[in-house]
Amino acid sequence: MNREIVVTGLGAVTPLGIGARTLHERWTAGTSGIEDGEGACTEFEPTEHLTVKEVRRADRFTQMALVASDEALAEAGWDGELPYEASRVGSIIGTGIGGIGTLTQNHQVLLEQGPGKVSPLAIPLMMGNAGSGAVAMRHKLKGPSFAPLSACAAGAHAIGEAVELIESGRADAVVAGGSEAGLVPLARAAFSALDALSPTGVSRPFDVRRDGFVMGEGAAVLILEDAEKARERGANVLAYVRGYGATTDAYHLTAPDKEGLGAAEAMRIALADAGLTPEDVVYVNAHGTSTPLNDRSETKALKLALGDAAKAIPVSSTKSAIGHLLGAAGAVEAVATILALRDRIAPPTLGHEEPEEGLDLDYVPGKARPLDIDGKPAVGLSNAFGFGGHNAVLCLEAA
Amino acid sequence: MATTVTPEAVEKVVVDALPQFGADPSEISREASFEELDVDSLDLAELSQIIEDEFGVQLKGDDVGKIRTVGDAIDLVVSRAG
Repeated sequence: MNREIVVTGLGAVTPLGIGARTLHERWTAGTSGIEDGEGACTEFEPTEHLTVKEVRRADRFTQMALVASDEALAEAGWDGELPYEASRVGSIIGTGIGGIGTLTQNHQVLLEQGPGKVSPLAIPLMMGNAGSGAVAMRHKLKGPSFAPLSACAAGAHAIGEAVELIESGRADAVVAGGSEAGLVPLARAAFSALDALSPTGVSRPFDVRRDGFVMGEGAAVLILEDAEKARERGANVLAYVRGYGATTDAYHLTAPDKEGLGAAEAMRIALADAGLTPEDVVYVNAHGTSTPLNDRSETKALKLALGDAAKAIPVSSTKSAIGHLLGAAGAVEAVATILALRDRIAPPTLGHEEPEEGLDLDYVPGKARPLDIDGKPAVGLSNAFGFGGHNAVLCLEAA
Repeated sequence: MATTVTPEAVEKVVVDALPQFGADPSEISREASFEELDVDSLDLAELSQIIEDEFGVQLKGDDVGKIRTVGDAIDLVVSRAG
């Protein structure tokens, strides 16, 4: 990277509660946000955070992005006034599916009551870029804004592309993240039809008994700034985005490359971008979906990318505690990675008890463990891979 | 069956509908402008659907574009029904 990028604010709405620290503290304590086989944000009540009009004008995925953005901006010290010219601040909020709740509700109205009853808000609420637009509108951000749509890699792509915008000099700062609210019957049925969802409703990444992912919902937002400009304004720096690697498997619409080649290459690129080596990595936040295919190929990818260092690095999956947040996952997990690195702790892969042959990395089973980094910089990788063969990896360092 | 259009009936439906768009009920009057009430074009599109449901009166985009106050909306519905 030719320009240093810092993270100055974090926000999250997850099945573990409201707030980035809530996610970190509860996951680290071994609490699970999964109930009845799903990771729903049961503590999220939009009207506690947004006006009547804001709630009406936003699908649930956008509502959660707005609330996460408020938290992140407040932490960055941006609430009230932007520290940069509005046209120099971007908004990139990824999603896997967008407003599928709005889509299915309106489709039902169409079928039952006819076309004249479909809401004029149907399109503006369901469109996948609604989160990015709404966050920009709420905080008056007038720089580039859009929504990466790369399934379960979208949240990580949002952060990576935000970094590129700042690196290229086209923005001084970007509000970046991911959001998803897909807990609706159509999505459940469709993922089940694909055999992707866990029929037992248990998320236990890397365990031999894993049988699919558990669907979750939520959002996370990070404030990314050009380090030089952030220092000039006296910002409190939480972390650095050191590197970003993005590749594509070009192998299969839903299955990951069996050997993990694309994922490994994304990790290598992220490390090279950071100017670091596998020996510098002290923690990996895995994509770790708890599907038979992902966890096997990701393990191979980690070994390919990190070589001999792989076995010594703690690797854990946030999805063990909150399920798979699809397009929000990459952003939520980047937040979790940053807070874990700041606290020098490896949060656990919950439910991981029985290993599988060949899946022999240190998955931090059951409970959190201090990261013994011996004065080294706290550098970690956060992996996100999506249907379509998209791979996005972030190399993060605690400040 | 659609409700019979009278100025009073239309006023009641409009005044009852506006708060769900976020308008402050205490500020709603015939004279209040939609701008003051923070009721915009998307809200008016929804209001048009509510009016059509209730009175069977269709409001076209051009008509809706011209109205400025709550009273304008009520008068428009009454005149279209006539």
